[in-house]
Amino acid sequence: MSNTSVQDDIDLDYGPLYAARKKVFPQKVSGTFRRIKWGLMGFCLGVYYFLPFVRWNRGLGAPDQAVLIDFPNKRFYFFFIEIWPQELYYFTGLLVIAALVLFLLNSIGGRIWCGYLCPQTVWTDLFYAVERLIEGDRRERMKKDAAGWNLERVSETVLKHSIWLMIAWWTGGAWVLYFADAPTLVWQLLTFRAPMLAYIWIGILTASTYVLAGWMREQVCVYMCPWPRIQAALTDEWALNVTYRYDRGEKRTSVKKAKELRARGEPVGDCVDCYQCVAVCPTGIDIRNGSQLDCIQCGLCIDACDTVMTKIGRPTRLIGYDSDINIKRRTEGKPEIYRVVRPRTVIYCGLIAVVGAIMLYAMLTRSLLDVNVLHDRNPVAVKLSDGSIRNAYTMRLLNKRGFDRVIAIDIDGPVNATVHVVGVDSVTQDRPMIVLGRDQTTELRVLVTAPAENNTEKSVPVRFRITDIGLGETAVTTDNFVTP
Amino acid sequence: MTDHSEIDKVTGTSTTGHEWDGIKELNTPLPRWWVWTFYATIFWSIGYWIVYPAWPLVSSYTTGMFNYSSRADVAVELANLAKIRGEKMVKLAATPLAEIEKDPAMLALARASGKAAFGDNCAPCHGTGGAGAKGYPNLNDDEWIWGGKPDQIEKTIQFGARSGHAKAHEGAMLAFGKDGVLKPAEIVTVANYVRSLSGLSTGAGYDAAAGKKLFADNCASCHGDAGKGNQEMGAPNLTDKIWLYGSDEASLVETITNGRAGVMPAWVGRLDPATIRALAVYVHSLGGGQ
Repeated sequence: MSNTSVQDDIDLDYGPLYAARKKVFPQKVSGTFRRIKWGLMGFCLGVYYFLPFVRWNRGLGAPDQAVLIDFPNKRFYFFFIEIWPQELYYFTGLLVIAALVLFLLNSIGGRIWCGYLCPQTVWTDLFYAVERLIEGDRRERMKKDAAGWNLERVSETVLKHSIWLMIAWWTGGAWVLYFADAPTLVWQLLTFRAPMLAYIWIGILTASTYVLAGWMREQVCVYMCPWPRIQAALTDEWALNVTYRYDRGEKRTSVKKAKELRARGEPVGDCVDCYQCVAVCPTGIDIRNGSQLDCIQCGLCIDACDTVMTKIGRPTRLIGYDSDINIKRRTEGKPEIYRVVRPRTVIYCGLIAVVGAIMLYAMLTRSLLDVNVLHDRNPVAVKLSDGSIRNAYTMRLLNKRGFDRVIAIDIDGPVNATVHVVGVDSVTQDRPMIVLGRDQTTELRVLVTAPAENNTEKSVPVRFRITDIGLGETAVTTDNFVTP
Repeated sequence: MTDHSEIDKVTGTSTTGHEWDGIKELNTPLPRWWVWTFYATIFWSIGYWIVYPAWPLVSSYTTGMFNYSSRADVAVELANLAKIRGEKMVKLAATPLAEIEKDPAMLALARASGKAAFGDNCAPCHGTGGAGAKGYPNLNDDEWIWGGKPDQIEKTIQFGARSGHAKAHEGAMLAFGKDGVLKPAEIVTVANYVRSLSGLSTGAGYDAAAGKKLFADNCASCHGDAGKGNQEMGAPNLTDKIWLYGSDEASLVETITNGRAGVMPAWVGRLDPATIRALAVYVHSLGGGQ
């Protein structure tokens, strides 16, 4: 190819400074894995584009969007779950589970994520489909690329990039809908009254989608993504990976020659060197060189090879999902063996179960009423005119329910202690009642007073119990009551 | 470059010539777009020299195209803050004290603003938490020399005590010993009587009847017959457990002999009305307010 001339110019003793990009013109292909990929692409894009419009009733005053990241009010909504900023560890748990599922999938079926589910793959696949639709299949595109520019090619290129940009714009448009009420924002965008931030983010996402899926493509997987490097270290001889069965394919010959040799009873491989597996590959590699970093294991070469094998009347799956152990066993004449349940997968499943259980437990026991207190540092304690001792605390109350509620504060610890809240007139003697606004925190200054003669210890624990008068829900925290 | 590099047979790529225990490193070329992106970032960085302050000169520096300075940013932010705060503080100054404490949002604003002003202006004498010291009243307790209601606190902050301001609290503890009103022995007797008022022990040979008479003749006019004090004159309650200058006999003798006249400055004119109001709310909310 002409692009490699840069490399040729340089003294190979030192190596070239950079490598020119190999142009990739993936060919259209049909078959099982192509159908799976179309299906998953439709599903993933469908979820991405339509999820913001799913409604979820949370009661009056609360947003009714099923999935919403509400930055101004610092809340994250996911169907029945509402997360406050201090509960971000749920996300950590989710990410840990996501990583473990990735490892588990990898140990069972290789780079399933890369080949079928990764946004880079999904959008690039979509962009390639647009390119094929406008510029034709592999051979035509290569011909046009070699022929240079003419009016037809210019108009085709303009059309292609326009459609790409529209898809990219749509991608950015859907992105911002996760951060505000989707129907409202769509209307604001249509009438050009949306916040500037929405337009900026649509711009950023449009640019990143267009550049990554239209221009960068396989370069993202090969040079930018860390997962291929990690994946190579995590895979083992049991994992199914897209593999060329060289034991069956070698030695390669032409169809005609293979027939002759077979008729004579001489050993011959099934591979007819048709290069269809290379032609359809979205990263432009030759799978017959063995498993490699550039291979995203999308399975399209399997479809391509199967088509050819069917045509020439040889068994399919010359390229297929295969494991290192079976390659070895076949060469030794042993039967194939598959083992999904093995220490690695069991440990991954166990870890997923443990993390999932911890998260579920945290989720189910998540308190909707919470209290924290902070003891005054200066002064720690105050002597009053009748000789009794007073300690002051800053109390923070959290009401995570979607409605206002009345709580009572009780204390326990110092003998004969009374509690008072600054700015609140108690209806009941020594039992302050506070209204907590819905879905917010309330800060109070709480004073605890106790006679000195009954509390001679320098420091005694004091327990603050808050009780929802209506629901009976309670929350407790402790601090110390200090006597000077 | 060393000339030990060679072409790796498997990949067709040259090696760097480095070798560790027989393992050689391939000199894999970078993709072209990566190299160009790298150059582009270098080029981009030059833009920072043009736009932002960058190079130090002998007595100054290159200021950049937009005269950007982080100090100017802070000044703008502070001006914005003053504007936002200004509106709220005007409202605060116009709201009666009792209503501020009933409105949680106003109370929070007054407490926050009052706390900051307290740290700047009051803490040197009264301590950062208002705990006070000898001669400087503790503002957390419920003993108030000039009254502990919000408006009384505000008045004390505005005009002070013995501050020289026309509206200041006046009235001081007289120097009974120095001025020759009481003899040293009488002072010891009345000091012991004062101690007995709040249940403290008295010295050996103390004459309770004489103490009572001395107190009635000299002290009751300000501190009251029962020693309960009088906030009008700033005469402290002598029957409770709080002592500004100490409750031991020596301290009391010193107080009676030399008198006491601690000064609280007047803040009116030095602090704006909103800040004084916020301070009054803050001090009242420390816990001892009445």
